[in-house]
Amino acid sequence: MSWAGFTVTPSGLDLLAFSPPGWGGNLLQGLGLSLQIAFGAYALGLLIGLSGALGKIYGGPILRWSFEIYTTLGRAIPELVLILLLFYAGPDLLNGVLESLGYARVDINALVAGIYVLGFVQGAYSIEVIRGAMLAVPVGQIEAAKACGMSWLTRHRRIIIPAMIPLALPGLANLWLIVTKDTALLAVVGLSELALTTRQAAGATKEYLMFYLAAGCIYLCVSLISNALFRLLERRYRRGQPDLV
Amino acid sequence: MEWYWVAEYTPKFVEGLWITIKLLILSITFGMILATPVGLVQVTGPKALALCAQGFCTVVRGTPLLIQLWLIYYGLGSIFPFIPGIRESFIWPALRDAFPYAVFAFTISVAGYSGEVMRGAFKSVNKGELEAARAFGMNPFTLLWRIWFPRAVQNVLPTLAGEFILTLKSIPLAATITVFDVYGVGSMVRQETYRIYEPLLLVAGIYLCLAGIIIGFFRWIEHRSTKRRLIMD
Repeated sequence: MSWAGFTVTPSGLDLLAFSPPGWGGNLLQGLGLSLQIAFGAYALGLLIGLSGALGKIYGGPILRWSFEIYTTLGRAIPELVLILLLFYAGPDLLNGVLESLGYARVDINALVAGIYVLGFVQGAYSIEVIRGAMLAVPVGQIEAAKACGMSWLTRHRRIIIPAMIPLALPGLANLWLIVTKDTALLAVVGLSELALTTRQAAGATKEYLMFYLAAGCIYLCVSLISNALFRLLERRYRRGQPDLV
Repeated sequence: MEWYWVAEYTPKFVEGLWITIKLLILSITFGMILATPVGLVQVTGPKALALCAQGFCTVVRGTPLLIQLWLIYYGLGSIFPFIPGIRESFIWPALRDAFPYAVFAFTISVAGYSGEVMRGAFKSVNKGELEAARAFGMNPFTLLWRIWFPRAVQNVLPTLAGEFILTLKSIPLAATITVFDVYGVGSMVRQETYRIYEPLLLVAGIYLCLAGIIIGFFRWIEHRSTKRRLIMD
């Protein structure tokens, strides 16, 4: 069988070996970069999300409206278009500012660029998740905190944010799954994360089906492991509370 | 900002818009046709089919659409020529074109994501309504077509609208397999005019409008169906 044996011939699977001529090592390197970008972007997204949620809840009209525009546009424009726009606009703006201040231009490395671009996209979603969860914290708990004489900061640090986490976790878990998959889009701007490495490997060896299946399996493993971890985390944060469903 | 190129490329953008819309409508239609049984068997069983459907949803939702797209276009595409006799058959022209592969990939994606939504939707329909339908002597297919499916969809219309917006936003990925949607035309303009931002902004604007149209359309359907329900109550 010439075509059915296409993927299972030994020479096919040998190409996944970790040392050259196998591409396994390169794929793992790509996965490493993907995960680093995902972690960074997720953290940046959470930071934007928390400050944006606070801004949307407590801010004046200007702050509220600018966050509103950001969350609407950030969620309505295709990620691919946003990624390209941010990828070119960010360094341009930064260098413009640096030059006008009399500093030299800088080159932004791929990792930082990837984190900043995806983090910005994630932020728009995070704001809405965190804002919804903060508004869902029972008013009685906040009033009790006020009655105890807690300041605004203490109230948020000790009551509202901890009470919000179990409510936000399902949404945040979803966002993590989205960001791990969105790292693949960075292949379009030439970051050698998992998707682009796979594409190069497939192109070089002509074993398209096998390499894309391998990459699919790797991404699937990341998703399944993250799912399990988030389930544990949710169980820990929801301990002592009734089930949602 | 310079927009002198817009007039010259307008026909191209209209073509791209047509491809985007075609891709969206075809993949949502076929996707929902697939998603309905995928959601249904997870509620009704049999167990083996339910497990298959669940596995399908997990795999589709656990891997990036870009990889699925490349797997289907480059992976399957590299295998087809080895099937004896296929080059002479009538489907060969379709297999050489990228568009059917894109439709197939997006269909699978819609089926996976919406299948999960439909599972919850079928589950959420009140048991009493189904029992009433059975008491009227409806056979299983009439019950599904007249009661269960419409009530299920009604319950999840906003969620489905969200899924379709996500599908719309992923359509630019088709440009990576040489299907020239609006985004693909935008990239072409970028390469030919060396302008970075303007084509991207135009593409973003067009996609924003499309998203707005989908949202408006679903609001209208929702409004219609709830109004009818209020009258009937």
